[in-house]
Amino acid sequence: MSLSEKDKAAVKALWSKIGKSSDAIGNDALSRMIVVYPQTKTYFSHWPEVTPGSPHIKAHGKKVMGGIALAVTKIDDLKTGLSELSEQHAYKLRVDPANFKTLNHCILVVISTMFPKEFTPEAHVSLDKFLSGVALALADRYR
Amino acid sequence: MVEWTDFERNTIQDIFSRIEYDVVGPAALARCLVVYPWTQRYFGGFGNLYNAAAIKGNPMVSKHGTTILNGLERAVKNMDDITNTYAELSVLHSEKLHVDPDNFKLLADCLTIVVAAQLGNEFTGEVQAAFQKFLAVVVSALGRQYR
Repeated sequence: MSLSEKDKAAVKALWSKIGKSSDAIGNDALSRMIVVYPQTKTYFSHWPEVTPGSPHIKAHGKKVMGGIALAVTKIDDLKTGLSELSEQHAYKLRVDPANFKTLNHCILVVISTMFPKEFTPEAHVSLDKFLSGVALALADRYR
Repeated sequence: MVEWTDFERNTIQDIFSRIEYDVVGPAALARCLVVYPWTQRYFGGFGNLYNAAAIKGNPMVSKHGTTILNGLERAVKNMDDITNTYAELSVLHSEKLHVDPDNFKLLADCLTIVVAAQLGNEFTGEVQAAFQKFLAVVVSALGRQYR
């Protein structure tokens, strides 16, 4: 399911509206993920606490959304653009790629709560395709 | 049998008492048909589904969206026995409608997104967890009678 020019335009248009809230989106998405999908907490056992809105979660949410922002700039070739991040996830972090889908869902839910008017079905389909593409690119170096 | 906490029960009852079925239902179904276009295969008789605008304005889509929410209400009213409550509906979706059960999850995700938009800040992580647990039980019950 490759990104059409229409999808890329829709993603960039949506990002131009929501990008400045990316820290808040990241914090809410990660906070939500550890509550709705408690098994994801296993990846953060090295933190003193894994609770919604904690300083670690906030910082990590910011980092994750930084990756998404990067992906938006590399939207024409996600595999190449995210290859370093993919190596990091494959060899260092070793996050099971199924979790990318989980976090993507949480990001979509957060955007829906924060930007109900902008997050139309048309914007939703393009963003969902984009985030799926990001997940695929992130998993590229796994094996 | 599914165990529900008081919080989960109250949350589900609260959500369904607050949402308008004829707003949320049509919005969720239309979103599903737009975001996952292959689901349109089940609605060949619905007329114009050519683009997002057509889907959103299609009266048959709207009517069916409301029907779906009314169907969900049966689960809301029988939270302790959703599997049996949905036995007939499961047979219907399998034997008559021939719907691939994977599609139930897609609609459930769209419903979550629409309810999230309606409730905004109040759709906290805990509320989302309860809502998704409820929908997961519904989806499982709907797929139960497939053979």
